[in-house]
Amino acid sequence: MTSAHMEAALMLAGVLFMLGLISVLIRRNIIFMLISVEIMLNAAGLAFIVAGTKWVQPDGQVMFIFILTMAAAEVSVGLALILQIYHQLKTLDSDAANLMKG
Amino acid sequence: MILVWLIVILMAGGLLAWLSKKVNPEIPRWVALGAVLLDLILIVYLWINSKTTADSAWLLSYDVPWIPQWGVSFSLALDGLSLLMLVLTFFLGLLAVLISWKEIKNKVGFFHFNLLWVLAGITGVFLTMDLFLFYFFWEVMLIPMYFLIGVWGHENRTYAAYKFFLFTQASGLLMLLAILGLYFIHGSGTGNYTFNYFELLNTPLAPDAARLLMFGFLAAFLVKLPVVPFHSWLPDAHSQAPTAGSLILAGLLLKTGAYGLLRFVLPLFPTATVEFAPWAMLLGVIGIIYGAIVAYSQTDLKRLVAYTSVSHMGFVILGVFAFNEWALQGVVMQMIAHGLSTGALFILAGFLYERIHTRDITQMGGFWAKAPKMGVIALVFVMASLGLPGLGNFIAEFLTLVGSWQADNWLTVFATIGLVLATAYSLRIMQKVFYEPGPQRESFRDLSFREMLIAVPLVLGLLFLGLYPQPVLDMAQPAIKEQLQAYTSPEPTIAEPKTAVVQQPKATINANQIALNQRAFSNLQIFKSPN
Amino acid sequence: MENLLWLIPALPFLGALLLILFGTRLSRTLVAILGVGSVAVSALITILLGLEFLSNRPEFYHQEVWQWFSVAGFTPSIAFHIDALSMVFIFVITFVGALIHLYATSYMADDQDFSRFFASMNLFVGSMLMLVMADNLLLLYLGWEGVGLCSYLLIGFWYKEPANGYAARKAFIITRVGDTAMAIGLFMLFQAFGTLHIQTILTEAPEAWSVGSQMAVIVALLLGGAVGKSGQLPLQTWLPDAMAGPTPVSALIHAATMVTAGVYLIARMYVIFELAPLVQTIVAIVGAITLLLAGFSALTQYDLKRVLAYSTISQIGYMFLALGVGAWSAGIFHFMIHGFFKALLFLCAGAIIMALHHEQDMRKMGGLRHKMPVVYWTFLIGAASLAALPIITAGFYSKDQILWYALAGEYGNTWLYLAGLVGAFITSIYTFRMVFMTFFGESKTHLEHPPGKVITIPLIILAILSLVGGFIELPHNFPHVTLFSDVMAPVLPGIYANEGLAANEWMFQLVAAIVSLGGVFVAYLFYIKSPQLLTSIERSGFAMALHRFWHSGWGFDALYDVLIARPYVFISKLNKRDFIDSFYTGLARLAEGFHVMFSETQNGILRNYVAGIVVGAIMILTISLFL
Repeated sequence: MTSAHMEAALMLAGVLFMLGLISVLIRRNIIFMLISVEIMLNAAGLAFIVAGTKWVQPDGQVMFIFILTMAAAEVSVGLALILQIYHQLKTLDSDAANLMKG
Repeated sequence: MILVWLIVILMAGGLLAWLSKKVNPEIPRWVALGAVLLDLILIVYLWINSKTTADSAWLLSYDVPWIPQWGVSFSLALDGLSLLMLVLTFFLGLLAVLISWKEIKNKVGFFHFNLLWVLAGITGVFLTMDLFLFYFFWEVMLIPMYFLIGVWGHENRTYAAYKFFLFTQASGLLMLLAILGLYFIHGSGTGNYTFNYFELLNTPLAPDAARLLMFGFLAAFLVKLPVVPFHSWLPDAHSQAPTAGSLILAGLLLKTGAYGLLRFVLPLFPTATVEFAPWAMLLGVIGIIYGAIVAYSQTDLKRLVAYTSVSHMGFVILGVFAFNEWALQGVVMQMIAHGLSTGALFILAGFLYERIHTRDITQMGGFWAKAPKMGVIALVFVMASLGLPGLGNFIAEFLTLVGSWQADNWLTVFATIGLVLATAYSLRIMQKVFYEPGPQRESFRDLSFREMLIAVPLVLGLLFLGLYPQPVLDMAQPAIKEQLQAYTSPEPTIAEPKTAVVQQPKATINANQIALNQRAFSNLQIFKSPN
Repeated sequence: MENLLWLIPALPFLGALLLILFGTRLSRTLVAILGVGSVAVSALITILLGLEFLSNRPEFYHQEVWQWFSVAGFTPSIAFHIDALSMVFIFVITFVGALIHLYATSYMADDQDFSRFFASMNLFVGSMLMLVMADNLLLLYLGWEGVGLCSYLLIGFWYKEPANGYAARKAFIITRVGDTAMAIGLFMLFQAFGTLHIQTILTEAPEAWSVGSQMAVIVALLLGGAVGKSGQLPLQTWLPDAMAGPTPVSALIHAATMVTAGVYLIARMYVIFELAPLVQTIVAIVGAITLLLAGFSALTQYDLKRVLAYSTISQIGYMFLALGVGAWSAGIFHFMIHGFFKALLFLCAGAIIMALHHEQDMRKMGGLRHKMPVVYWTFLIGAASLAALPIITAGFYSKDQILWYALAGEYGNTWLYLAGLVGAFITSIYTFRMVFMTFFGESKTHLEHPPGKVITIPLIILAILSLVGGFIELPHNFPHVTLFSDVMAPVLPGIYANEGLAANEWMFQLVAAIVSLGGVFVAYLFYIKSPQLLTSIERSGFAMALHRFWHSGWGFDALYDVLIARPYVFISKLNKRDFIDSFYTGLARLAEGFHVMFSETQNGILRNYVAGIVVGAIMILTISLFL
């Protein structure tokens, strides 16, 4: 992989990550926040892949599979929580879930 | 063994008082009274049968291993100083039970449990000769006191209780550090890891190490004493505590600080204390004057008396760091006389509070006409507090000042000026409470029989101390000489050659020992890097 | 007799103790018997002891009751040492004291705190006796503070009036300032000699110290104590206010006995005063200035008792003058005679005040000459003695001696003599101003209680003493009688007059006599003959300003108020909340502030947490990049 390709790929990963991050920060709907987190995870995965290709090492792909598994687990737990929040609060607004503030 | 009983009786009495509340709410009072009285009888019996021998200051001792692998033993010993302090403890303890007879109405059992455990802690502090055990008892007296203030106190009790706890606990932890430091230095130097006081006594210390460790001990004792600027817990704790609590605080807890200075700081760190002495004396004088000035403008009677305590305790530190027999005898007298006189003033404040439900002296006045007995007794206490000759405090202050004069002239002059300021605040009490016409009050009864029973022994005690203090001085003398052994008098003594102050320095430090110290001091780093 | 020494102070103490314990339950008669009896028996023992003393002429009597305490060579005892000096003081204290106690049974008869009064008075007599009988300075200090306490209790006896309480506290605190100086002196003496035993110090001092050595500091400090107790400059301001107490108290404590404690102290420790000539000169100067200042103030007072108070300050000034020039015996002689006539004057004043229903203002008195003849004659005798009218009065002999030695004595000089002479002139003016205003002129008030026998008997006895008391010590150009100084000789050294002047002593006596008679004439001129002279003076603004200044006691009260009392109270009030505490509350506030800040971040908004994480991550990345 040429360095120009790699830079573009890393740039893409960075942009994806920033997009995800920004939408986590500005979204109030908790499902969108979950999706944004997924985007960030995938951005990180992409970066791993790029790095793995660059050094011709399998570690990057290993890490990506690891991230995928983790994301699946996370989504299942996250969705369950979201469901609970929706049941309890009748809303998907994350700010409504501040009942334990100190 | 009798020494262990002194503590066990109080602790068991406390538990019994707590449990017996379920049977009848009046029983705890009798249990507590019985327990303290028993201890008082025991200690008076010990006093009467004490035979001081010339070669040792110690009258009795008791020593069993407690946690042998750490070198902790359950080691108690009694000398003249401890004995006097214990007599004071049980005497004031007895009064504390009596004074609470009518005042404390809720949680009677728990109250007496706490009262007796505070006394047990104080007894332990005065007796123990093992530094680990000393720290243990130091904490034992702290926690029940916290409850006494926090549960049965006046309107602002929670704040006062926290403040008391934080000050004493924080300073106590510094002392714990110093105890551990001493333990490890001694252990690494001699290979014998022990908390035993007598063995630690001659620990060779490098000057830096000695200084640090001394400050650790000083922290606890100076806060307890209290010395300006660490005094600010005292007015709050005193004014918010119930009468019995104030009595024990002023009469006994402050004395544990003074006792600690005499028993631990002086003999353990003979060279470091000499270095620190001028500053300590300065702190004492500042305390005397500052306490007196602040006391003058207080309107809360108990707060006023609390500040007078600050002022009087200044004499203690002034005397302790003068390092001669007059001053130390004065300090011991001051501990006892101040325990009686200030305790008495708090009791007086308690009497007044029971009658008119305020501590504000602007709400008082003209009580002399209505309660002449109370007036006369108050007059004695007030006069004791301003140091009138013929009462115990005068002997104490005069001896302290005579002693401190030998050490430092100018500081003594300023301390003596404190006597004038003492006159100002003391007379203000009399004027505001008893003389000046105050708000009209329908009924104001004079002292009852129970109250006379509390007040009259205090008056007699002060008179006895003032007119014939010799038994007390004789009892304290061997112990004081023991504490002073490591010191030469800072100044060549006066014409009388027979004065006992001039003694050969025991802790002479030679080069060999310094090398040892340096190694020992490096062990102090244990605290910084766990290695 | 020597074994009975302890009874002399013990009896009044016992009386006080019984009165304190049972006073409220006893009948008035019984209280009076206890109160007067204890002092009277003491006086009786004193007189018997005194007779024995005079016939046997031992150097001293000594009795140790018990050892007070003993610490490392510091071993003061409760022990008594009686020599001629103490004897004179004990005699005046018990004898005059007993008369005043007797008088007080009538004076205080209607007071509801009858027993408290006698308890305090007995306590006072006991403490005062301790003071003069003590064989060591610590016991002396006990008596010294004890009389201070009693003075406080008795000045504030009518405690319902806050002003009385103020006067009482002022007296206690100001004298305590002096006492503090004295206490420091005691520390120094102890350091120097290792004991506070008076006789030991007196014998060792001349060997241990040379003249003009550091001893001066100690002596000056002792003088501080003496000045405070005796109402001398600069600590004199409490004494006029002390008149708030009942009149017998003023007579006993603030005229005859307690205020002369300073004189006793100086005379007792004369050896070390002689070692410090500078301080001794200061004693003389303090005496001279005080006698003048107080004399001028006395001229302007309207309150009968305040005139007497200032006159007491002034007369004690004479005693200090005598001590200062080394005329020890003359000072003590004047103390004794002053004790008689000043007590007499106060008791007469008390009789007048009682008769006029507690009126003390002389402007509202007048014409009492015919209404109260006994009081008039006895007062006149007292006044004559105070003004030192020649030949007949005791005051003449005692004061003349002082004036003579102020000039001709070893340390005497013209200035001191002149001060004494001017003082004598003023004394005589204000004394007879008082006599004329009170007893002459037209009657202005109604007489309520004519004095009874219990009042008049002490007056008459004291009046006789004020006349004949002087004959035990006459100048040598008179029939030379030296009974008093002979008795004193073993204790206090004699004084030798300047030979050159001695030949002309009669001339100075004549001057003194003329001055004193002249004073009477001036008073007569202004207050009887032509009162218009007085009103013409009063018209001048300067005279009135001076009058106000003198009336206020030369502004010392205001000065101390501004310089000391007010700043102290101000600082104290300012710091009522204890600024050191604010440091600790500040710490607590700080911790609380952090607590609030951090708990603010825990707000449950998910996005803020994320933002926090991001910011944190960026910071860590930046730091790790740059480091």
